[in-house]
Amino acid sequence: MKTKERVLMAVAALLLGLVFMFPIWTIDMDAPQYPEGIGMEISINKIEGKSKNDLQNINGLNHYIGMKEINPDSIPELKIMPWIFAFLIASGLGIAIWGNRTALLIWIILFILLAIAGLVDFYLWSYDYGHNLSEDAAIKVPGMTYQPPIIGTKELLNITASSWPGIGFYISLVSMGLASYAFWSSK
Amino acid sequence: MEPKKKKSKLMWWSVPLIAVLALTFYGCPSQQNLSGSSDAAQKVYVAPGEHDEYYGMFSGGYSGQLPVYGLPSGRHLYTVPVFTQSATNGYGYNEETRPMLMTTHGYVPWDDAHHPEGSQTDGELDGRWVFMNANNTPRIARIDLTNFQTAEIIEIPNSAGNHASSFVTVNTEYVSAATRFSIPMDEDLENMDVPISSYAENFKGTISFIKVGDEGEMSVDFQILVPGFNYDLSHAGKGPSEDWAFFTSYNSEEAHTLLERNASRNDKDFIAAINWRKAADLVADGAGEDIPGEHYRNYMDHDQQLAKSELIETVRVLDPAEHPGIIYYLPTPKSPHGVDVDPTGQYIVAGGKLSSVLPVHSFEKIQQAIENEDYEGEIDGIPVLNYNSIVQAEVENAGIGTLHTEFDGNGYAYTTAFISSEIVKWSLETFEVVDRIDTYYSPGHLMIPGGDTRNPDGKYLVALNKITKDRYLPTGPELFHSAQLIDISGDKMELLLDFPTDGEPHYAQGIRADLIVDNQIRFYELEGNNHPDAVKTESEARVERDGNDVHVYMTSIRSHFTPDNIEGVKVGDNVYFHLTNIEQDWDVPHGFAVMGAQTSELLVMPGETRTLVWKPKKVGVYPFYCTDFCSALHQEMQGYVRVSPEDSDVEISYRTGTEG
Repeated sequence: MKTKERVLMAVAALLLGLVFMFPIWTIDMDAPQYPEGIGMEISINKIEGKSKNDLQNINGLNHYIGMKEINPDSIPELKIMPWIFAFLIASGLGIAIWGNRTALLIWIILFILLAIAGLVDFYLWSYDYGHNLSEDAAIKVPGMTYQPPIIGTKELLNITASSWPGIGFYISLVSMGLASYAFWSSK
Repeated sequence: MEPKKKKSKLMWWSVPLIAVLALTFYGCPSQQNLSGSSDAAQKVYVAPGEHDEYYGMFSGGYSGQLPVYGLPSGRHLYTVPVFTQSATNGYGYNEETRPMLMTTHGYVPWDDAHHPEGSQTDGELDGRWVFMNANNTPRIARIDLTNFQTAEIIEIPNSAGNHASSFVTVNTEYVSAATRFSIPMDEDLENMDVPISSYAENFKGTISFIKVGDEGEMSVDFQILVPGFNYDLSHAGKGPSEDWAFFTSYNSEEAHTLLERNASRNDKDFIAAINWRKAADLVADGAGEDIPGEHYRNYMDHDQQLAKSELIETVRVLDPAEHPGIIYYLPTPKSPHGVDVDPTGQYIVAGGKLSSVLPVHSFEKIQQAIENEDYEGEIDGIPVLNYNSIVQAEVENAGIGTLHTEFDGNGYAYTTAFISSEIVKWSLETFEVVDRIDTYYSPGHLMIPGGDTRNPDGKYLVALNKITKDRYLPTGPELFHSAQLIDISGDKMELLLDFPTDGEPHYAQGIRADLIVDNQIRFYELEGNNHPDAVKTESEARVERDGNDVHVYMTSIRSHFTPDNIEGVKVGDNVYFHLTNIEQDWDVPHGFAVMGAQTSELLVMPGETRTLVWKPKKVGVYPFYCTDFCSALHQEMQGYVRVSPEDSDVEISYRTGTEG
């Protein structure tokens, strides 16, 4: 790896620092009663409402269909993910200094695997929330489940739920792209 | 220059005849000249989901409230409860807001509200507050425009009939108040037990200046003792006249019976011109006398979200005889009603209620007359200026029964004529009438957004009519009053819209929506709720007995109360339901009502705490429920209180969602 590639790799690693500041996924909900929308932002270390009280109000709506309360404190991934990203940044910087192409390849593959694992994990959580409903729910529609899509839009009763990657996800993609370019370019 | 004094074409005796003729002709809608009603419809059409350009704050008159309309659509947006209990949301019924209506006469649940006036900065509306007067039991309210709720009400001591109120000075330094119905006053300005016929000897009035603090808090800074005339309306000056305030008066005859005849004798009554700046400076330097003058100041404690009352013991009074230069009388024809200052602050227009001309005084001439001591007399130490020296013009053919004038900022004035039922447009340059339009029927006040400020929006005019008759589908003998929206953007006035208004609107204010919309509170932050009886989570909800008082600390969130099963209440208990709405979302109020409660419901906004007191009289199980259709399961939002006999040993217990 020449200086150019090392610099690129360092940039790719450092970019991931921004992932701490922006959500990696967003879920927007549209309903007639919410003309200004209501939504959630999922970051590597927290889940927040788009507006101050959105999460509380989403939980308020969800209790009618018997969905568990979305409580960020009960989701261990939010505590693990920051360490994974810290590891990616540190190891990425290490590889930039070391200049080892094989290590870089391992880093990229690891990153991709972690990203896939993250998406699978997200799917599992949303499956659990959407399917594992209380027997005591006030509103029970036979056959109806409330899992939002991983990506795209879905009608859930009166709510149109849209799930899309957030800025943090695109930053990760750019980081991955820079690292891949560095790998390819150092051939 | 000599004032314009042309002979009136109209003889006074013809007034009743014309009035009768006018009402006869105007009674027939088919004669109205609506130039292109589709054009008019387009101008007032606000599409579904779109917002109006102005907030119209109309006084409710004898409703005591402040109804709010959107303009130009005329849509009724909300009614702010001010001086009258409102069963709609519990204002004046619940424990938190009852102190707002406290007076030295005790709890007063009603009043007659006349003149809303928006707060101003540099002589322009700033959208912070609206002030409004109570005429019957003299008070001034301040309505907070961030939440459209009454934030403060101050009682005016040593006064009766607070009509010439609540007009603000250019930077809202002061709000005005004055005595419409003079009353006997001793040296301490205490009301007296004297024969009514001793009016001339004993009856007096006061003109009060209420100081407004940075946060809006009001205090009676000083009162000026004045002869016992009826002080009717007011407006502060602006520009060159901004240190002055003007108050019309009638009944300079000092009649005390059959005023319609006895107070209409004099050719001229007076406008009191007061140099409030000079008076305020004198008071700041210690002038005047502190006399007993008990009055209440009631205010909303925003931290605790409840109203508090404080009794203020004294008031500062200035005797004009001892402080020359603070007040002058401007002779003005025949029981003047409105007094309106044009946007430049140069002209003071009086509504010559019984006069065939509309007199316009010049501020510059008033200053000259004061300088030259050009007086035609003196009343109780108050110099009376020479009419001919101060009048700029007498507008002719300005209609019959002229009452109030507003301005468009383009050099024109618009005056209502009650008897001839019209609005007359006249030039502030030539003092000649240039246009007139009929109204339906008999306008009192009129309102142009910003029309009494330095910078009017000369686009719309609203006529606030006193007689409705056939304008709308009839509703029996009692009818809402009628307002008409008139386009004043062109040379000719054009009638656009007719809409009924709640109560009996007198004056109104039109405030540009953008001055208000951005400051709106959507709900109260629960974390900022420091009400002593608030419960912010369901786990804190509880019921406690304290002797005969039972306190229920209750929460509401869609779609249940916590607790919703309560036992252990006994006949003879005072049950306090302290309900906190723990929602934190826009437009999710919850209501509360319990069977047999001898008061109104509670309507509780998100983040707010309100208290209802219930005194059960009979044994049984009583349902309570949410009165606001809050959610899909609103009908399920209910609970029960069990009431046991007085000597029962049922202990207090409570629950939600578990079996008892």
